[in-house]
Amino acid sequence: MATRAFAATTIPGFAIVAGIAFFALYAPILTLVAYSFNDSNAISQWGGFSLRWYEAAWANTAVQEATLRSLTIACSASAIATVCATMAALGTTRRGAFRGQTFIYVMINQPLMVPEIVTAVALLIVFASVKVATGYNGLMYLIIAHAAFCIPFAYLPIRARLEGMDLSLETAAADLYANPWQTFRHVTLPLMGPGIIAGAMLAFVISLDDVVITEFVKSAGQDTLPTYMLGQLRRAITPEVNAISSALLALTVLLLTAFFLLTRKRD
Amino acid sequence: MDRSRNASLTSDETTAGPGVTVSIAVEARNAVKAFGQGEAAVRALDDVSVQIRQGEFFTLLGPSGCGKTTLLRLIAGFETPTSGQILLDGKDITADPPNRRPVNTVFQSYALFPHLTVAQNVGFGLQMQGRPRAEVADRAAKMLTLVRLDHLAQRKTSQLSGGQQQRVALARALAPQPKVLLLDEPLSALDLKLRKEMQIELKRLQHETGITFVFVTHDQEEALTMSDRIGVMSAGKILQVGSPRDIYTRPANRFVASFIGETNFLPGFYAHGQVALAGGHVPVAAGTKEGSTVTLAVRPEQVRLVAADAPGSLPATVRDLVYFGTDTHCHMALSDGSEVVARLQSSVSGEAGLEPGARVGLVFTEGAAQVLED
Ligand SMILES: Nc1ncnc2c1ncn2[C@@H]1O[C@H](COP(=O)(O)OP(=O)(O)O)[C@@H](O)[C@H]1O
Ligand SMILES: [Mg+2]
Repeated sequence: MATRAFAATTIPGFAIVAGIAFFALYAPILTLVAYSFNDSNAISQWGGFSLRWYEAAWANTAVQEATLRSLTIACSASAIATVCATMAALGTTRRGAFRGQTFIYVMINQPLMVPEIVTAVALLIVFASVKVATGYNGLMYLIIAHAAFCIPFAYLPIRARLEGMDLSLETAAADLYANPWQTFRHVTLPLMGPGIIAGAMLAFVISLDDVVITEFVKSAGQDTLPTYMLGQLRRAITPEVNAISSALLALTVLLLTAFFLLTRKRD
Repeated sequence: MDRSRNASLTSDETTAGPGVTVSIAVEARNAVKAFGQGEAAVRALDDVSVQIRQGEFFTLLGPSGCGKTTLLRLIAGFETPTSGQILLDGKDITADPPNRRPVNTVFQSYALFPHLTVAQNVGFGLQMQGRPRAEVADRAAKMLTLVRLDHLAQRKTSQLSGGQQQRVALARALAPQPKVLLLDEPLSALDLKLRKEMQIELKRLQHETGITFVFVTHDQEEALTMSDRIGVMSAGKILQVGSPRDIYTRPANRFVASFIGETNFLPGFYAHGQVALAGGHVPVAAGTKEGSTVTLAVRPEQVRLVAADAPGSLPATVRDLVYFGTDTHCHMALSDGSEVVARLQSSVSGEAGLEPGARVGLVFTEGAAQVLED
């Protein structure tokens, strides 16, 4: 054959490298899940199969509170982020090229590029003075902070969906007597629905999982599940953390699978 | 005769021959559309004025990029003209948004809503107008029967073939009973057989609904067979408007003559009611400036072959014969070398024993030769 497409799979040793990469990625996770069913008190010594750490975590009020808090923050933040991201995506795609387009994209996606620790410190400083000024100490700070860094994660799948959507459908709706609101309600919104759901789910997972910003922004007694686990690890390490991690992993895998199915399905 | 009414004959009415008054459905007045700014601006439409009559099948014909789609988009309201006006039933609608214009479009890409069923697609326009649910469903069903798709009403549009999607797009655009239906190259994505079927279908639909159709195509044969009138466009201008017969037999200029059908162009010199060509004279209709250089346009089927020295004929030499089944094209050269093609019936050319090198005489069907000023 004269020409053939470059195929990475034909490079000698490709399979070995791939094998090592997959092993490094998944072996620790499998170990974690396996040890969550460990009957022993020790974190790295197998003592037989048991669900006791799941029961222990389930009965632990601190875990319950942290879980509830995590879900509250994740739901609120992903809802806010999704609304903002939807509007941003509509504003940047349902029109021709415009001046400052790249700048706007950069602004929206900024949280992906600025180191998280920098954002965390910045928020700490700003919220500290707001706390002093207002005296409010509630969950709102965490919700706002989470919403902010979730926006780009919600924005990207929504924008991708809109870009794959033919502008002529909206033109056709206008041609068929739909005013701008009806066009949005009956054509744009239903068609971008899968993108919005995907964006919301991605934002939810990202919020649920956050440690760095939460650690800096939270007030005393506002542990989320990840920061609670971090705190536990500093003290007594028990397989309870394994159990919580495994449960979190199961939830994330579920959501990401749904995300994948939604974004893959094209009409 | 009511003289006052006749005197107030406004621009939305015009005469289509002696004593016949027709009303104008759509009109573009001095429409200009420029894209871009300053030096880089493209004049997609350059001062276009055209009147489209109530109930006619009007075709905009021209090569790709000549501005056909732009003119349709101005009528539909998707673009606003840089200058000039669009009138519907004599009313200036230039500033109205598309959803306020009783005009519907059949898009080249169909633009069917993928999240709706066929019936919901067809009912969309009426639903947006706020018609009662029962009326919407009823009318959608009627339209689907009209385009013979009633059995597919509950399908998603992605489950349809190209031809079926085309019919849904038509039914959807016709359902709200627009004053004017705009069709932007609706048949170009279909294969030849389906295209021929849809041509007949479109004519039938236009006849049954009585709606004014503005049809865009770059296919001259399609334009000739389907239209009541044709507007030939080139480079943002409308060059000629007329019936297919008018345009074919009396092209206004060289572009129209060459774009529609095949034409022989022969350089000549006009004087005293005839054009002097290599080896003879051809009588033509008067009206050209005395003593000007002109081009004579003659269709191949209007060239007849006679004996080499027949009086009034132009001497020519046969160069080549190309066989097309019923017809044979006979390529010939005049004494100055300019080429003329004649379309002959194959039975005739066979019997005449024509072959390359034969010397023949040419005559043009009386009144067929058109003078085009250079
Ligand atoms: N939105 C646009 N921006 C810039 N140029 C355009 C735009 N739409 C059309 N044009 C230009 O205007 C001319 C006419 O286009 P169009 O009306 O689509 O032609 P047609 O439909 O006859 O092929 C073309 O040169 C095209 O490049
Ligand atoms: Mg076009």
